[in-house]
Amino acid sequence: MTDTIVDTPSDFAGNAAYVLVAFLVIMALYSILTQKNLIKICIGIAVLGSSVNFFLVLLGYRQGGGIPVYYLAGAKKTMVLPTPQCLTLTAIVIALATTALMLSLVILIHKHYGTLNVDEIRRLRG
Amino acid sequence: MKKTIFIAAVIILGGLLCDMFEGIHPLGVPLNTQMDDYFLAHALTDRSAQNVVTSMVFDFRGFDTLGEAAVLFTALSSIGALFRDGGKRE
Amino acid sequence: MRPLSVIVTSVCDLFAWFMIVFGAYVINNGHNTPGGGFQGGAIVATFLSFMLVAYGGKRFRAWVREGVYGFLEFLGLMAFFIFGCLGFPNSFFYNSPAISWGQKPLSEWIPYCGTISLMNVAVGFEVIGALSLVIVYMYGSIQMIDTGAGMGGERGHDRYDR
Repeated sequence: MTDTIVDTPSDFAGNAAYVLVAFLVIMALYSILTQKNLIKICIGIAVLGSSVNFFLVLLGYRQGGGIPVYYLAGAKKTMVLPTPQCLTLTAIVIALATTALMLSLVILIHKHYGTLNVDEIRRLRG
Repeated sequence: MKKTIFIAAVIILGGLLCDMFEGIHPLGVPLNTQMDDYFLAHALTDRSAQNVVTSMVFDFRGFDTLGEAAVLFTALSSIGALFRDGGKRE
Repeated sequence: MRPLSVIVTSVCDLFAWFMIVFGAYVINNGHNTPGGGFQGGAIVATFLSFMLVAYGGKRFRAWVREGVYGFLEFLGLMAFFIFGCLGFPNSFFYNSPAISWGQKPLSEWIPYCGTISLMNVAVGFEVIGALSLVIVYMYGSIQMIDTGAGMGGERGHDRYDR
């Protein structure tokens, strides 16, 4: 199936959504690596997961495609790819579970140390 | 000092990411769609499901969804174990 | 957590139940419209946090029964597993009833599809139980933190407390 590969040069305007994904990933990495507050680190991890989900859905877009529901699609013949949407649905629920567990651990850390600053927590250890 | 190193690491990672997006397929033209075309063609005729995504979640990849429910249950059990006594633990 | 003003509680009385109705709609129509068990369950679980914010911690503690949500979790997981076992003539998680009964819809406006809508209901129960219990447990953890303000440790954001 090599005939489906279209070898067009990538232009900036067509790939602006990918640039948006790159921007979100960079902002999330900045928040995770440089912030001191544990809540801000949790927000960075959540934004990173959401940007990865956005990227997955974006990869499955097909030009002029409708939603992959026959009941509502009408006369449209082309549909977007359903597999990335299915895996994104799985990833959203798992990200929700991990976020809840992460915030619970942050609550316990705040109870034990009395602060949310990672430098303070490192100094207070032991 | 450490913050400078981290900011440099973020800039390098972002540059690698934008370099990766240079070689990706253009938006709207996915490359290998054989599996998705199979699902789109067979979801209505074989499994009589109108919604292809729901058909994949609960039918084609149902075992995956069972593991997902197990993940949710495991997270709930962990939170319940962490906050077991509701504050009277010391 | 102290209760909010009478305006918020009145709006909660009026509109909070529509959240449950809308979540049930999303769950029950998951097989032919966008949505499904996970999304509808998340919508229904929003109801409990709305009750917590509007009515405060004391009424919330008195109103919530944790056993109900634990039973919903158990019921959803077991029903999901049993509906998966219904596909054993072909394989695990196979939509066997839809195959054997054909694609003829039962009525004009509801297309019929095997065990998918039943699995939507099962997963909806499971997600409702899980997320509601997460909210209940994480609220119970607030009292673990001693902020010097007594029980609860958190002020309401109304000017005139009741």
